Amino acid sequence: MPVRTCGSGFDGGCVSAAIEIRNVEKNYGSLRALDGVSLSIEEGEFFGLLGPNGAGKTTLISTVAGLVRPGAGSVSILGADVVRDYRTARRRLGVVPQELVFDPFFTVRETLRLQSGYFGLRRNDDWIDEVMANLDLTSKADANMRALSGGMKRRVLVAQALVHRPPVIVLDEPTAGVDVELRQGLWKFIRRLNVEGHTIVLTTHYLDEAESLCGRIGMLKGGRLIALDSTQNLLKKFSGLSLVIGLDNPESLPPELAARVSARENGRITVRLGNYLELEGLLADLRKSGISIREFELQPPDLEEVFMGLMAGK
Amino acid sequence: MSGFATLFRKELLRFWKVAFQTIAAPVLTSLLYLVIFAQALEGRIQVYERIPYTVFLLPGLVMMSVLQNAFANSSSSIAQSKITGNILFVLLPPISHVEFFVAYISAAIVRGLAVGLGVLLVGLWFVPVSLVAPLWVLCFAILGSALLGALGIVAGVWADKFDQLAVFQNFIIMPLTFLSGVFYSIHSLPPVWQTLSHANPFFYMIDGFRYGFFGVSDVSPVLSLGVVAGALAIVSAVTLRMLSSGYKLRA
Repeated sequence: MPVRTCGSGFDGGCVSAAIEIRNVEKNYGSLRALDGVSLSIEEGEFFGLLGPNGAGKTTLISTVAGLVRPGAGSVSILGADVVRDYRTARRRLGVVPQELVFDPFFTVRETLRLQSGYFGLRRNDDWIDEVMANLDLTSKADANMRALSGGMKRRVLVAQALVHRPPVIVLDEPTAGVDVELRQGLWKFIRRLNVEGHTIVLTTHYLDEAESLCGRIGMLKGGRLIALDSTQNLLKKFSGLSLVIGLDNPESLPPELAARVSARENGRITVRLGNYLELEGLLADLRKSGISIREFELQPPDLEEVFMGLMAGK
Repeated sequence: MSGFATLFRKELLRFWKVAFQTIAAPVLTSLLYLVIFAQALEGRIQVYERIPYTVFLLPGLVMMSVLQNAFANSSSSIAQSKITGNILFVLLPPISHVEFFVAYISAAIVRGLAVGLGVLLVGLWFVPVSLVAPLWVLCFAILGSALLGALGIVAGVWADKFDQLAVFQNFIIMPLTFLSGVFYSIHSLPPVWQTLSHANPFFYMIDGFRYGFFGVSDVSPVLSLGVVAGALAIVSAVTLRMLSSGYKLRA
């Protein structure tokens, strides 16, 4: 059951969650794109939605945005149903689409003013200027959208999602194909919005991004939510430490130790450890077997490992 | 400013920014029709008594421009936005399907009237035409461009590529426009074609519009008004139903 908080919600009333997804199903012909997905994202969260291509991430986000109508189930944004109370729901949501789309007839400033107007906002130039400044778009304000590079167009998409100051922001792979400088600048700005109270939902293929930014992660596979937990818990539950050891003679490992080796490369072996306590025992076994260690490196758990493991059905 | 007002303004800006293509070009095309037909047929054809052929022709050309450009405005804008993906910017905000419909229709009416006015003003340099009943002229121009604007929405939403839009335009809109009596009176046609012409709503738009200039028409302007208003009501209902269902816009 979702957590209900009263008095602290976006509109001061009782809200169930920033985004509440209940048993959402969606079929495209015989393809089951979403298979009974339920998910509750609380206000102020930085949530990561991960999954391989075709897992249903964009379909789920499009359902949240009202672009896709679910076959069954419902979605609400801060308590407003995206179908029945679509006006309220859409005012509370900003979406950065995955595709690099733009209207070639307008300049950056015109694009942002029009987007403001679609949300019924007049005289919004102060906020538009602030958003442009934060995304390094000020110098391009009067440039036509056609004249912008891909990275700049991506920034405008982010700005368009923010013009109406939505409390919930969904970013569908916002850093796909953009340079490192923009990625860093964008995350700095998005982090600031999150600190200021905005709920952020992110889909990305960069697992290091999700690991460093998201407090909680959901993983989709084949239209089903196969994992949902805090990033730390996922790392603890599904991943462990990797010990990379450089040995003078890796072939001389006794069978019980060789069985624990998960990878061998250039005289280095990798051994998986469940936790730090297993480290001492392993080193003692190596010493007992008379094997000398040339070097070793302890690698912390990472989300990529969790992701690969879950996608492989482990 | 509501979402509707901004969408309407955006649609106006969209054609105004390329006015050479969206207004000047169709005015020139109509002018060429006028000059060529005047040269070829003036003095050889008399449609109504005491009305020279070019004088008869001009209102028809004006209305044809109004209708074709109203259709082109909504259909090309929606199809282009759909195909390039930027329709998303209109689908994400809290804009209802009725606001969407009215904004696109209103912009189509403005574009239709702007081109029609351009054709009329330029045509008046060559052909002296007077307005007997300007309210009928305005009424048919607005209703006709609204009807074609609505058909443009249907075509734009339905078309997945520009090729399909061209099919709608070239195989439905153009034949119905050309066979509506722009260049002739249907009384000059064989009985079978006269009967078929009466089933063409474009005929009533042209005929009613022309009545406002001459006070003469093939059928009563009241009948024409009824047919055009009825056609507009039916097409609007279908378009609104289509938009409300999210057909091809919200999967």
